[in-house]
Amino acid sequence: MAVRAKAMGRAVARAPRDTAHEGFLGHRRGRWLKVSAALSLTAILAYALIDQTPRPNGGTALGYALGTLGAGLIVWLSLIGLRKRIITTGPYSLKGWTSAHVWLGLSLIVIATLHSGFQLGLNVHGLAYVLMMFVILSGLWGIYVYARLPALLSANRNEMTQPQMLAAIAALDRQLDTAAQPLGRDEADLVRMSIEGCDIGGSLWARLTGRYPGCGNSRAEAAVAALVDGQRRTGTADPRLVQILFLLERKGAALAQARRHVALKTRLELWLYVHVPATFALLAALVAHILSVFLYW
Amino acid sequence: MSERFRIAIIGSGPAGLSAAAHAAQLGLSHVLLEKTDHLSDTIYKYQKGKHVMATPAQLVLRAGGGLAFAAGKREAILGSWGERIAAAGVNVRLNAEVTAIAGAGDAIPGSVQAIVTRKRDGSSETRELQRHAPPYRLTLADGSAIIADTVILAIGTQGNPNLMACPGAALPHVQYQLDDPAAYNDEHIFVIGGGDAGIENALGLAADAAQGNVVTLVNRSAEFSTAKDANVKALLAARDAGRISIMTGTTTRAIEPGWVVLDTPEGEVRARCDRLIARMGSAPPRGFIEGCGVEFASSDRLAYPKLSAVFESTAPGIFVVGALAGYPLIKHCMNQGHDVVEFINGNTALLPADEPILAEKFTGLPGNRSVSDWLEFLRSRVSILAGMSLLQMREFMLDSEARLYRAGEVIFERNAPGSSLFGIADGEVRVEIDPGNPAITVALPQGSIVGEVGLISGRRRGATVRAGSDCILVEISRTAALRLMSAVPSARREVDRLTTERSVLQIAAIVATAKVETIPAGKAVISEGDSGDDIFIIRSGSMVVERQIGGKPVFLNYVPAGSFVGEMAVIDGGTRSATVRAAVKSDVIRLGGAAFRDLLAAKPDLLARLRAEMATRTAMNAMIESKKDSFRGLVDMYTGVANFLVENGVGEATDVLLIDEKLCVGCDNCEKACADSHDGLSRLDREAGRTYAHLHVPTSCRHCEHPHCMADCPPNAIHRGPTGEVYIDDSCIGCGNCQRGCPYGVIRMDKVPPKKPWLLSWLLFGQGPGPGEPDAKWSKKHAHAEAPKKAIKCDMCSGQSGGPACVRACPTGAAIRVSPEQFLTVALLDRGQG
Repeated sequence: MAVRAKAMGRAVARAPRDTAHEGFLGHRRGRWLKVSAALSLTAILAYALIDQTPRPNGGTALGYALGTLGAGLIVWLSLIGLRKRIITTGPYSLKGWTSAHVWLGLSLIVIATLHSGFQLGLNVHGLAYVLMMFVILSGLWGIYVYARLPALLSANRNEMTQPQMLAAIAALDRQLDTAAQPLGRDEADLVRMSIEGCDIGGSLWARLTGRYPGCGNSRAEAAVAALVDGQRRTGTADPRLVQILFLLERKGAALAQARRHVALKTRLELWLYVHVPATFALLAALVAHILSVFLYW
Repeated sequence: MSERFRIAIIGSGPAGLSAAAHAAQLGLSHVLLEKTDHLSDTIYKYQKGKHVMATPAQLVLRAGGGLAFAAGKREAILGSWGERIAAAGVNVRLNAEVTAIAGAGDAIPGSVQAIVTRKRDGSSETRELQRHAPPYRLTLADGSAIIADTVILAIGTQGNPNLMACPGAALPHVQYQLDDPAAYNDEHIFVIGGGDAGIENALGLAADAAQGNVVTLVNRSAEFSTAKDANVKALLAARDAGRISIMTGTTTRAIEPGWVVLDTPEGEVRARCDRLIARMGSAPPRGFIEGCGVEFASSDRLAYPKLSAVFESTAPGIFVVGALAGYPLIKHCMNQGHDVVEFINGNTALLPADEPILAEKFTGLPGNRSVSDWLEFLRSRVSILAGMSLLQMREFMLDSEARLYRAGEVIFERNAPGSSLFGIADGEVRVEIDPGNPAITVALPQGSIVGEVGLISGRRRGATVRAGSDCILVEISRTAALRLMSAVPSARREVDRLTTERSVLQIAAIVATAKVETIPAGKAVISEGDSGDDIFIIRSGSMVVERQIGGKPVFLNYVPAGSFVGEMAVIDGGTRSATVRAAVKSDVIRLGGAAFRDLLAAKPDLLARLRAEMATRTAMNAMIESKKDSFRGLVDMYTGVANFLVENGVGEATDVLLIDEKLCVGCDNCEKACADSHDGLSRLDREAGRTYAHLHVPTSCRHCEHPHCMADCPPNAIHRGPTGEVYIDDSCIGCGNCQRGCPYGVIRMDKVPPKKPWLLSWLLFGQGPGPGEPDAKWSKKHAHAEAPKKAIKCDMCSGQSGGPACVRACPTGAAIRVSPEQFLTVALLDRGQG
């Protein structure tokens, strides 16, 4: 109470915060892009200007310097996984971290390549280099999906949340169930196919493509549509079946939306399932590379 | 022959029970009348197992007859009260609804009460009631009567539910409340009434599809005009999802066993009905109470009865205690029940239980006065307090502080947030009116008030105020100030008069033509092309400025409270160049153009300043004009985004979380960060909320200028903090009023989950639920003690040096937290291009 009373009436400055509306690539007007470019340029200039004998490789003074820098960067870059999850109260910006992660990660292409002196072989050192390039490539894939997919995800969501999408499908199932009560066995079985035979998640392939070839709802919809069409040709269609067809169509649309949502979310995450394990492999290869250099070179 | 008692106590809530128990202990002849078939109906109706809290903690409990009360489960409290009431030998009469109270003695000369009844069309009717002396005759619903020398009204504020009037209304499947929505399965249920209660009941019954209920909501009109927006949206969503049927424009014709007959716009419908829940609102108890001869302080909906220092109303011998007297907390109620019986029994020297709390508030002030002397000192020396009774002063002081400021000490600083009002009881204060030069000050004398702009506009303080000499100030919290203004009409007039005068003072002189007007949301005060030259000072709310460009309105600017609009026409003499309309309901001060022109003639520097401001606006208009051909789509988009934000309540926000869905990858790190920095509970729902052009307003607190959640908080636990955040303190009793009051659905009621294992043990060994809010199952399994549910909302991460965690933890920069004037500017146009 006393603390509050004292604070009252004072113009307490708000904790400083980032109110700039800019994405992680352009964070602080491209600060990390500039740092990364400067770092790469310095490395290239040093490589070009410093006389390395007998030939440029990881064993020269510049080679050691670039190698230390590269190894340090790799370790630091992999720490973003911790930074993201440890929520501290102090000032930090995960966006700034992401920005630095992306741009400094790209600078590794230059630094590590110059560190190798363009000497690559089929050995543990080459493995570390290839793994690193693989991690960077998977990161570029990540940047691509982060740049392209969020807008599609948002448009597809259309103000609905994921639980709402699932609830809407469940509600249509209930309506279908009610509407199917007066039907005969064969027709009711079609409705059951829709209610019981629909996947939204499923295998990785299905999730990614959003294709569910055995989807009970589309089969049921086709069958009921055929029935209704047949009845229309010979007379009037059974209004109960028409109602069911209408519900199946609505469910089809709801399923398509939910599946697109799942597909986009899967694509937004899939690259991480490559990027992160590859990073661990890279860290292991890096340890092997460093140990073998100092023990056996 | 009716029975006669010394004291009749009406209502068996905490106040009534305590009074009855104390009367029984003192051996006074008494009767406790309860209209339902059980004691303490309000608490009885709490949901099962609800944890009832005992606040304020520092208040001593005084209850007669060994009645005890401590925080605990609803069942335990009701059980212990039932036992004590029986043991104390209280004379209880259940199912005894009192329908009228009238004096049985002679007419009291000159004691006439005017009862004003307002009708829907706005007209009113006045009826005069001659008061009669005690004893009182209490007529019960069953026709019997009771005679009592004194009456204690402890009936609370709930009132009686409006009953079904159609044939069959008395059938057993008709009910007026819903205790446990989960108790009914596989039933055809009709909920009558489209207010909040009806909608919430219907949603509750249909929430779990496994219950298999077929729920239909019946509403008399076509619109749901009395319900909260969020409830109506949830209802319509439930209908679209096929969970609820809605019948609008429909009334009930008859109820039959197992069936209901409805009048719909398409004709009569007979439908299966196993249960009919009527939620058609309730008649507030005010009509009944006024009919007893008890006068209210004002015609305001929130007003309380006029009471003496011993809780006696304007009808001699009728005493009012508890929520009806303005004390909604259980402890207050029980103490008053005890005290009022003491008073009736002749112990008028009894000091109220809040005496030590008040005494503590006055320690540290010079003068060594007693509590009642201090109250009298403040009342007699601060003009707006003059109309209050001593009892009102006591209640008022519980929410207020009295402080001594030494000469030169800062009372509040410019730009500090704060919505409290200061009354100057002794000494004088100096207001620094020029931010550039603190030497220029205006003195406010003893008796006056300061800080009213923060109270009215909900915005930051406009000027620094220092103590001019050693002075004693009473700081009136926002709640206390609003109550004061509703209870004492003269105080409201005084505050209104002062805010008008001083707003005008800020632009340098008093103008006699000033007039306060209330503008409903969406209405224009200035229309483009008109020839008017009045200027408007926005006192509360906010406005948007628009202009017709190429036949379409283009959003130009957002103007918060404290600014003025309309001066351009006065300066350059042309017609209005833009339309200004209210974004939310706003109060404006209208000044005549001629008077303002005279003022400008007398103040050349003011004119120069205004001209400079005008130049920037003209430049901006020209910029938009120039872009309209090349960026037609862009200008439309900008206007669309700005209007979308205003429609979504950003106009009354002070700080709002926005998510750019072109950047949001859906990782929910914002929610996880929110939970991890606040006891494991997230205060935001990223996915929910409206979206326009990929700009998303998630479900998260906007820290409104006039927070809806603050309107009805029994323990007064919601405050505005030093950095402008609206937060809930530890005294929350979990009643849920704020959650119901918030039109944006950003408050949740929940228990604090148990502590999670360390992050690394999750990362390495998979222990615990990982970052973010633990799922309900895990929390339940690992909970140690039973925790009460409390209201949880965003506190803007106040006290965390990094600022809002949701923004810090966003990996892509999609989440930003901004104030509307920071965001609703032409800067949006440039963003669109990037």
